[in-house]
Amino acid sequence: MALTHHQYTPPALPRIVLTGIGLTSPNGNDLASHRASLLEGKSGVQDYEIRYVGKTLAGICDYDALRYQNRREVRRGTRAGSIAIYSCNEAVANSGIDWENLDKSRVGIYLGVTEHGNVETENEVYELSQFDYDISVWNHFHNPRTVANNPAGEAALNMGITGPHYTLGAACAAGNNGLIQGAQMLQLGQCDFALAGGVSESIHTFGIFASFKSQGALAEHSDPTKASRPFDVDRNGIVVSEGGCVYTLERLEDALARGAHIYGEILGHSINTDATDFVLPNPERQSQCIQLALQRAGITPQDVDILSTHATGTISGDIQEVSALRKVFDESCKVSINNTKSFIGHCMGAAGALELAGNLPSFVDNVCHPTINVDQLDDECAIEGLILNEAKPLDDVRYIVNNSFGMLGINSTVVIGKFST
Amino acid sequence: MTPAEIRAAVIDILETIAPDEDLSNLDDAKEFRDQMELDSMDFLDIVMELRKRYRVQVPEEDYENLVSMASTVSYLEPKMAETPAE
Repeated sequence: MALTHHQYTPPALPRIVLTGIGLTSPNGNDLASHRASLLEGKSGVQDYEIRYVGKTLAGICDYDALRYQNRREVRRGTRAGSIAIYSCNEAVANSGIDWENLDKSRVGIYLGVTEHGNVETENEVYELSQFDYDISVWNHFHNPRTVANNPAGEAALNMGITGPHYTLGAACAAGNNGLIQGAQMLQLGQCDFALAGGVSESIHTFGIFASFKSQGALAEHSDPTKASRPFDVDRNGIVVSEGGCVYTLERLEDALARGAHIYGEILGHSINTDATDFVLPNPERQSQCIQLALQRAGITPQDVDILSTHATGTISGDIQEVSALRKVFDESCKVSINNTKSFIGHCMGAAGALELAGNLPSFVDNVCHPTINVDQLDDECAIEGLILNEAKPLDDVRYIVNNSFGMLGINSTVVIGKFST
Repeated sequence: MTPAEIRAAVIDILETIAPDEDLSNLDDAKEFRDQMELDSMDFLDIVMELRKRYRVQVPEEDYENLVSMASTVSYLEPKMAETPAE
């Protein structure tokens, strides 16, 4: 019999709210344009070519990197760092905080990544191969570019933030995990203002494409905009994308005191682990993760208005997630279920944060964006509540649940509530 | 390479390393650092680019020769005399 610890009940923790959003996604460089694309069915997936792999597909961002960096800084840093800098600065601007007068030692940055360092290492090894493996041409920037804290560290350097900076590795659950970490650090009083979310530069590493291809999980389609098709019977894998999404998080009393706009409140969250396989998900653990987040949020499955799925467009992964959802939601639930990857592909470390962002305007417009590219729903993915191909008006959206799962069995769920005092 | 060609090659490297700088009025006699934003990592970049583009090795003890355009060109002249112009 397993040793069980007594049930620890934490003290009442400060309420945490989302007060600003900065993002770049393959179909928009701010929340308004990203949301408009989701309602219009606009994809961001394009033809793409990368070393050794050749022609493939990817979700590519076209944000203005020079808005917050000069060309020298862009050259010196990483793509993930640049995306982090853009997203963090945009989030701060969007939050309306008096940034100039904010104590930067009380600001923390918490960014999730799926992986980091592959891009720079691959590029350096390629350069090395062009110089007969003469190690003297290895770049002196390799170490600062590839240290695991790079994206958050570059953003801190750019913005003069002297509080804690964390880059969290959490595979494809990382965007949610960044958000959770930021909320927890505010609750612990480790910072007063948190920049939290996730970033991805993964389209610049051939290894991630090649590995998905070897695994039989890299999407192919003659029309790039139709390649990412979770739940469709003809889905054939993942579209790799880049992107970033960062929230400004504050304790509720601070946000109210400065009259901040509040996008939503983090009511609950959970992270758990499958402990069953390197790659294959475990629906039992996923459902437990969702249930735990709902329980911590103090709501029931019947309360949930929108559930944003993680589904990536792989044959087994989508079925497993639907199987997990069936364990949580039954016919008594009103939940509307959608998917963002069908539009923009899989933004890896940014996915969780971005997929939540695109749904937050539902608190205001009471519309659920769909999952697109479902021409023929796979019977094994058929679940009540799936919003297919067309946006759906809802009555009164109060609770949004955001799933993000990753390799080595890391699961994360975040519950966001419409703000009310 | 002639001194003029070496100067053009160094300008090209500087444009890569410091793309935000206007180098059209660079004073060859003055130190780079007094005319543009260059830190120690940028100097390492200059050395790296010379190595990669022209196979010129600049040992650490010679870095002081790279302080201005004039000193850089005179230092590189014997090393790059046989280097074909691009």
